[in-house]
Amino acid sequence: MKKGLSYWLIYLALPICILAVWEGFQIAGKLKPYTMPPPMTIVETTLDYIKNGKLWENIGISFIRVLKGFGAGLAAGFVIGILSALFPKFEAFTELVIQILRPIPPIAWIPLAILWFGIGEESKVFIIFLGAFFPIFLNTLEGVRNIDSRYFELAQVYEVPKPLLIWQIVIPGALPSIMTGIRLGVGNAWVCVVAAEMIGAVSGVGHMLSDGRSLSRPDIVILGMLIVGVVGKIMDDILRLINKKLITWI
Amino acid sequence: MGNIIEIKGLNKIFRSKENDVQALENIDLSIEEGSFVSIIGGSGCGKSTLLRIIGGLETEYEGEYLFDNAPVKGPSREKGFIFQDHRLLPWLTVEGNIRFSLPKDKKKDDELIRKNLELVGLTGFERSFPRQLSGGMAQRVAIARALANKPRILLLDEPFGALDAITRMNLQEQILKIWHEEKITMIIVTHDIDEAVYLGGTVVVMTPRPGRIKRIQKVDLGTPRRRTGTQFTIARDEIYKEFFSDAEIPIEYNI
Repeated sequence: MKKGLSYWLIYLALPICILAVWEGFQIAGKLKPYTMPPPMTIVETTLDYIKNGKLWENIGISFIRVLKGFGAGLAAGFVIGILSALFPKFEAFTELVIQILRPIPPIAWIPLAILWFGIGEESKVFIIFLGAFFPIFLNTLEGVRNIDSRYFELAQVYEVPKPLLIWQIVIPGALPSIMTGIRLGVGNAWVCVVAAEMIGAVSGVGHMLSDGRSLSRPDIVILGMLIVGVVGKIMDDILRLINKKLITWI
Repeated sequence: MGNIIEIKGLNKIFRSKENDVQALENIDLSIEEGSFVSIIGGSGCGKSTLLRIIGGLETEYEGEYLFDNAPVKGPSREKGFIFQDHRLLPWLTVEGNIRFSLPKDKKKDDELIRKNLELVGLTGFERSFPRQLSGGMAQRVAIARALANKPRILLLDEPFGALDAITRMNLQEQILKIWHEEKITMIIVTHDIDEAVYLGGTVVVMTPRPGRIKRIQKVDLGTPRRRTGTQFTIARDEIYKEFFSDAEIPIEYNI
């Protein structure tokens, strides 16, 4: 669809309707401020949080946690994924452990993480790492496996050395799949940071959520949820853009 | 010149759990350095398998195969191989694809890349990506890539099979020109009788189940070669008879 005026009208119609219905309930007097505040209260709370600096502080703290955990997950998932795909012995060596750990949701690790690392940074980064690792690992593995084997035959004819083979066939060949893994990994990382911060933290967006609940301030809870949603969307947009710039040949 | 390829009593069997298939039976073939040989046969006659053995892509067989008087351990740059698909890496430019194939000390040799692209008539396409090229152009890049590696022999495995008739004829001309200029031994595998007769100074006719050489036929079309005229028609009919009895020859071939 072309992005003309009619596109933007359709694009924004649903959110405007939701806001209108929400405001309608307020005007009809159906909303109780301690369970569901009107839209304007959310706007006011947002402005308050911007003024006292808590908005950026909490986003920044959560964002840095995501970055650390995701970075570690990316590095480990990428390296182990490539090694597993290229060396069957290495895959056999790691397979059982990975297969058993994979179905365990990262959130289930929170109690153990708190026992091991306390409620400091390490426990959150660890949970996020787990969330990011598996999709990146699995998609890297699949990506390398699905590379057309005819390219490897070609490399044989031209006596291409192993390092060049990895750099010029394996990595670009698996890149579309790796990028899918990265997008899923980033999504998971946000889920994990919120969950980890809700359970044991004194800062971050997840902490805003649990703080809002204990203060009976649904406006803070909703603001926290919106932050997670908006930041998540922006990150996915950025990744999609990187994907487009990186993979020009498809 | 001596023989660059000596094959004696070569057998190739594809073994699987269910059954063994004899792909090649008792193949004897000598190819003189600098010659142009066509191998022709129907599907399943083992012609591609034979070419893959010559190229070192298949190394399990019984019998003797010597390339330049030495056994072959695997594929190498001196045995250039043109596949049916162009097999260019889609993420590299035309230039990048050729550079990728070159030995380490030649990687920075832009002149070598330029010269070989010129040879196949693709000057100016250095920065193009494979998806921007037509099928014929991509196959020409593949030929330039093989030539840039200075092969002793060029093996072409139904290289023009996927192209339209006009493009195919153009590429046949080009490959003949390259053969004249570069003096590389060339072997082409094809199922197109006209192509086999037009390109090959020698045509090797193979028959299937098991893959065997039925006949080795010298072809002399004079210089330059012509696609029309008596010499071509006679040579083509000779090969045609190997596949069909006289009664079966359709009218257009009976002129």
